[in-house]
Amino acid sequence: MTREEIIRPENKVYSRPELLTENVTHYCPGCSHGVVHKIIAELLAEMDLADKTIGVAPVGCAVFAYNYIDVDWIEAAHGRAPAVATAASRLNPDNLVFSYQGDGDLAAIGTAETIHACNRGENITIIFINNAIYGMTGGQMAPTTLLGMKTATTPYGRTAELNGYPLAITNLLAQLDGTCYVTRQAVHTAAAARKAKAAIKKAFQNTVAKKGTSVIEIVSTCNSGWKMTPAQSNDWMAEHMFEKYPLGDLKNE
Amino acid sequence: MEEEVRLMKGNEAIAHAAIRYGVDGYFGYPITPQSEVLETLAELRPWETTGMVVLQAESEVAAINMVYGGAATGKAVMTSSSSPGVSLKQEGISYLAASELPALIVNVMRGGPGLGTIQPSQADYFQATKGGGHGDYHLIVLAPATVQEMTDFVALGFDLAFKYRNPAMILADGIVGQMMEKVVLPPQRPRRTEEQLREQCPWAACGKGSRGHRNVVTSLELDSAKMEVNNLRFQETYRRIEENEVRYQEYFTDDAEYLIVAFGTVARICLKAIEEARAKGIKVGLLRPITLWPFPKEIIGNLSKKVKGILTVELNAGQMVEDVRLAAECRVPVHHFGRMGGMIPNPTEILEALVSKLNIQQ
Repeated sequence: MTREEIIRPENKVYSRPELLTENVTHYCPGCSHGVVHKIIAELLAEMDLADKTIGVAPVGCAVFAYNYIDVDWIEAAHGRAPAVATAASRLNPDNLVFSYQGDGDLAAIGTAETIHACNRGENITIIFINNAIYGMTGGQMAPTTLLGMKTATTPYGRTAELNGYPLAITNLLAQLDGTCYVTRQAVHTAAAARKAKAAIKKAFQNTVAKKGTSVIEIVSTCNSGWKMTPAQSNDWMAEHMFEKYPLGDLKNE
Repeated sequence: MEEEVRLMKGNEAIAHAAIRYGVDGYFGYPITPQSEVLETLAELRPWETTGMVVLQAESEVAAINMVYGGAATGKAVMTSSSSPGVSLKQEGISYLAASELPALIVNVMRGGPGLGTIQPSQADYFQATKGGGHGDYHLIVLAPATVQEMTDFVALGFDLAFKYRNPAMILADGIVGQMMEKVVLPPQRPRRTEEQLREQCPWAACGKGSRGHRNVVTSLELDSAKMEVNNLRFQETYRRIEENEVRYQEYFTDDAEYLIVAFGTVARICLKAIEEARAKGIKVGLLRPITLWPFPKEIIGNLSKKVKGILTVELNAGQMVEDVRLAAECRVPVHHFGRMGGMIPNPTEILEALVSKLNIQQ
């Protein structure tokens, strides 16, 4: 069989999602962001939402999300994505508005905006990448950093005495009347990524149906920040992160 | 709604003017002495008539970022606050300017620094006219002296903001926010349709629709060479605004031997002082800047060539006086008289300050 005989349209099993741009990403090899971006790009095309989507990018590693997913984007100030998304959604109720935020953005500097957007039940989807570290600025402690975890600002490991406890903010958001769907997922295996895709699809459906705020936490790896190989990171996450941040639905109304 | 003559507070006039201009969204947080803006909007329920969105945010920080989000989609959006709240908004205002987004911010100033007082002040002149947040930028700053101007400057502020893709600010003192006057409210203007918005704002991130390419609203550019190009473009916009949008009002300057420069309601108190001065044979004129940025430096420069001295009167420790001195280029003495902390000068003490600081022999 020749090469030409194999490369034929009917034999194609996978290709780059049409909404993923050809820009080379700045994400590290092994990082969870790439998988989540791909899922979002696939869903927006499959759900025929690309032309009415407004994404709100955070400050953090995903600050350049707008370079990779071919929809309209607004780059928010650090932590303010839920406020930006609130207005974008209220003023454009026929659009799909989602924010994409990291743990520092959503659970530290943007805690107030996150809680109040969720409590108002804004018709938005919040995609929350929790990798327990500040990736973009070089691996400092995040609100979700586990006790004992070494980061650039907890070089001897996080202690409760000095730094307080890791914040499972998604549990808190599930308590709010404005949220309709709160779930915690991961993308470290093909099976997990398929579940995560189903969760994000449900969130987008909720937003289109104006059911309130949907929050999808993706427990993620940061192999560069964690100073591990991608494979080690996946194992470490499953072994340590899932204990504090167990996967599954926290709220599904 | 037709044109209508009403008696109301400046803060209430802002709310009425916003609805009648066809504003798409207002996002605010309560703070004295401007809370009537949000209260009046809530009372009027424009979401049931024009479709205007009105939302009480969880903080001034959230409110200005809602303005940023709305403006990024091309909508006509605004917020209002008072001095401590406007300090909190500075981050968002810098982002609005850097992303070249039109928006209207109203500051009904109270005395500071810190929590200060709820009484009137003009102590945020530096913050409003020199940038306020981080980076090199300017707001278009309008200073109303009457409740009518509070009304009219909502439309003017939005028109200029969209014309130049730059945020505008109404810098009002607490007096004009709280006092009641007769006001002519303009007839209702329809809000723009989606088609009109997409035509007016081809840059807006409102969903690709049939545009064929994505729009990204961002202030981030890590390539320094490109970021300098962005800055040069901002500066070019500011030069165009300076060339075309200077506004001021002159009173009794034709025969003036002395000049008072004052903005906002203080200018009206100065007019009474000038009346008293002229009764005593002292020929004083008044220059009232309406745009604090761009500053009317050319007219002040020209007037400085024919008067013997200039006095600025401000509700602060001497802020606009620096710009007046730069405009007067040391031709004549330029002095400042101010009250602070929420105190308001009366015409008699303004006249006394004029006579003593400018050494006027009677």
